[in-house]
Amino acid sequence: MDTETEHKKSKKKHKYISTGSEWTFDILEKYDHAIKEIAKEYRLDTYPNQIEIIAAEQMMDAYSSVGMPLGYSHWSFGKQFLNVEKHYKRGHMGLAYELVINSDPCIAYLMEENTATMQALVLAHACYGHNSFFKGNYLFRAWTNADSIIDYLVFAKNYIAKCEERYGIDKVEEVLDACHAIKNYGVDRYRRPPKLSVSEEAARQTSREEYLQSQVNDLWRTLPSRETKEQAQTTERFPSEPEENILYFFEKNAPLLEPWEREVIRIVRKISQYFYPQMQTKVMNEGWATFWHYTIINTLYERGLVNNAFMVEFLHNHTNVIYQAAFDDPNYSGINPYTLGFGIFQDIRRICENPTEEDRKWFPDLVNTDWISAVDFAMRNYKDESFIAQYLSPKVIRDLKLFAVLSDQDKPDLEITHIHNEESYQDIRDLLSQQYNLSMNEPNIQVYNVDKRGDRSITLRHIQRNNRPLEQKDLQEVMKHLYKLWGFTVKLETVNDQGTVLATYYCPTPEKQTTGVIISDS
Amino acid sequence: MSQIIDRRPNSRNKSAVNRRRFLNRFKKQVRKSVNDAISKRSIADFEHGEKINIPSKDINEPTFRHGDGGIRNIILPGNKNYSRGDRIKLPEKDAGEAGSQASDSGEGEDSFSFEISREEFLDIFFDDLALPNLVKKQLAQTTSFTMVRAGFTSDGVPTNLNVVRTFRNALARRISMRSPSESKLKKLERELENIKLTRSNDSTEVKELEEKINKLKSKIKKIPFIDPFDLRYNRRVSQPSLSSKAVVFFLMDVSGSMDEAKKDIAKRFFILLYLFLTRTYQTIDIVFIRHHTSAKEVNEQEFFYSRETGGTVVSSALELMNEAIVSRYPANEWNIYGAQASDGDNWNNDSPHCKEILMNYIMPKVQYFAYIEIMPRHHQSLWEEYEQIKTVFSNFAMQNINTAKDIYPVFRELFKKQHLIETT
Repeated sequence: MDTETEHKKSKKKHKYISTGSEWTFDILEKYDHAIKEIAKEYRLDTYPNQIEIIAAEQMMDAYSSVGMPLGYSHWSFGKQFLNVEKHYKRGHMGLAYELVINSDPCIAYLMEENTATMQALVLAHACYGHNSFFKGNYLFRAWTNADSIIDYLVFAKNYIAKCEERYGIDKVEEVLDACHAIKNYGVDRYRRPPKLSVSEEAARQTSREEYLQSQVNDLWRTLPSRETKEQAQTTERFPSEPEENILYFFEKNAPLLEPWEREVIRIVRKISQYFYPQMQTKVMNEGWATFWHYTIINTLYERGLVNNAFMVEFLHNHTNVIYQAAFDDPNYSGINPYTLGFGIFQDIRRICENPTEEDRKWFPDLVNTDWISAVDFAMRNYKDESFIAQYLSPKVIRDLKLFAVLSDQDKPDLEITHIHNEESYQDIRDLLSQQYNLSMNEPNIQVYNVDKRGDRSITLRHIQRNNRPLEQKDLQEVMKHLYKLWGFTVKLETVNDQGTVLATYYCPTPEKQTTGVIISDS
Repeated sequence: MSQIIDRRPNSRNKSAVNRRRFLNRFKKQVRKSVNDAISKRSIADFEHGEKINIPSKDINEPTFRHGDGGIRNIILPGNKNYSRGDRIKLPEKDAGEAGSQASDSGEGEDSFSFEISREEFLDIFFDDLALPNLVKKQLAQTTSFTMVRAGFTSDGVPTNLNVVRTFRNALARRISMRSPSESKLKKLERELENIKLTRSNDSTEVKELEEKINKLKSKIKKIPFIDPFDLRYNRRVSQPSLSSKAVVFFLMDVSGSMDEAKKDIAKRFFILLYLFLTRTYQTIDIVFIRHHTSAKEVNEQEFFYSRETGGTVVSSALELMNEAIVSRYPANEWNIYGAQASDGDNWNNDSPHCKEILMNYIMPKVQYFAYIEIMPRHHQSLWEEYEQIKTVFSNFAMQNINTAKDIYPVFRELFKKQHLIETT
């Protein structure tokens, strides 16, 4: 009895925000308020939050539309949904506790099943962690428009629905399938795309249709033929520089597409572009959010706003999130971005506050500086690739016991090239950084030439790196999709560094063609 | 300022469109799975959906990717004892793939599996039978249901986990897995005591025994406290709240001339009839009677899957049905339905006898009797005799069937009479 009354007393003294696992909207608001205060002290700059409570089924919906709050209809999203549903219903998989959308206001979905502790974790993680990342990171600032994305998705959904009404679901699906096959090649990697504005988008869309069509026709004009002879000898390639954004090139130049088909390509391209920064900052984004939920919740605890039970549950979940399976574990599925990102951000703070001799050598600029400014600077100015190249410390390499393996098709076995020791830190850092370089992971394929005066065939070039070949099974299928969009022969050449053509693929296959030289497949 | 919105009341089926798109696109594969399932399922077993498997290559979304080969540097976490310059043999390709396929979910990487709902399942089932839409709807529609406990299943949502059952299973499993080792252990321990009396503690026999005992102990220790195998979930099924009770007699010729294809058509016919009846009656008894020269009441398994040869005497089945009605299903208490499937073969002198039994004993007692003849060619004496019954009794239907599509007209007869629909 005594302990119980004592317990009650202490409760009053400490003003815990919640003591049980049940949450209410009132508790949620209090947590949000407390976390917001702390976030302000840590100088986190965020969009306003729109926190939405949803049920499990709704989370499954959100999942299967790749995190878009609304998307156009397509069977591939259905496939995704069935997959999620199966795993969830059989109890193989829990759903994410939250989902957050890069928009202004920043929309975060919280699951109703979460306990009060989990809601607090998720609030700190999504609504202040991810949110500030979306607002601060240079890639997001440069490439996405948080204030207009929702409107654009509405426009896209309606436009595609309208097309389906007019031209039939199957026809639209065919175009979408083709676009999805090369959606990773619908991204401008270096140019800043023009701002998306829905009102303009809608207004311009009709005029664009006409304009685009006229442009295309001009390109394929066949009438004037006086100077062709001289020109043919000094044939200029078209495009004059190789084009990396294949979808863009098709949208503007594919000879046979209807205006609406060009608009559909544009939609896939725009959405692809919107997700591009997220693909480049997975480690940073998750690491940043995890770092902040960890820091903020610990601050809550220090201030006596949450009790021990809360902390035990929190730490249990936190450790699950940052668990890294070893490479030989049956559950291993790559490096956990949460672990890596959290590890690096934590280490930046440690280096600022408690540097060792090693740190003084590796990070002279960080030692004994303000850690909040240091992590903020890192968040704003890097993407995964450069972030790792800049900040992966020997300590993190040791903690994760990272090692490098060289796989060479010409050698019968794998070679361990680096392990976590003095002489290899720099190499492991470089190699890991390369592993997050998107343009190294995807085959480098660009539009090389269009035979404007001949058979109108298009030639793509795959510039091979490290002798890595293309996956053959998918290749023919993707080529068919490209052919569907282009309407004339599609050629793909694999070229090595010296510019020698190693292999050429055709769609349709050359037997059916009347002209064209066949280059032997190596 | 943050804004907190409760979206739970919003619609929950945002993905329904995409799901439908997916099913439409892979209709062929889904249909194949459904058809396989129909031939495997019991007639009365239409209360749940079905697991569908589609080959992964069919639903693959191709992209440009790197294939195997070339030079790759890979960074991996969790180094244990490698040091620089170590070489590792490449894992054999086949072995690696086989390993990854033997996942605990029991499905290989080369197939995509998912579940379809009862409605979707029935929809595809009806498609083959060429049912009009209204009928499809009425059959598949679930009116008012009450959720009823129906025992336990081995998979389900975590919230439905039945802790008591699960622990009981775990306990039983632990005991049963432990007991052989434990009795061995006891024996060894006794032996050890005996030996210790005669030998010193570090003699080899003692050590060997001790080692054995330790091994057994660690084996016992390794038995998991709880295993996925133990999990039990509460199972709830929805039952339609309907009124009266009915019995349906399925009669089928199983003589040698009824091959698998004919039996499959017969099965679909029986399923459909059963589904119609479930719409109307709360409890339905099914009586399976198969016959060649003599008739026998059997269970469903035997009904569809055992082969007999020999001649055919149809009247034997009708007699058996009549006996069952008289002894077990008095017509004033039960709604009685009869369905007979045959290829029309009958011993010639028997056909008039069949007519008599039906006219005099069975037809007055049943709500409806349907006869289907699965035979593309000319009819024999049985058909001719039955045609005479049709002129007298309006609740007698007969139909010649070649394919599954021909089944429905029999039911149209049923609908004409309306009595099935009105009671729902």
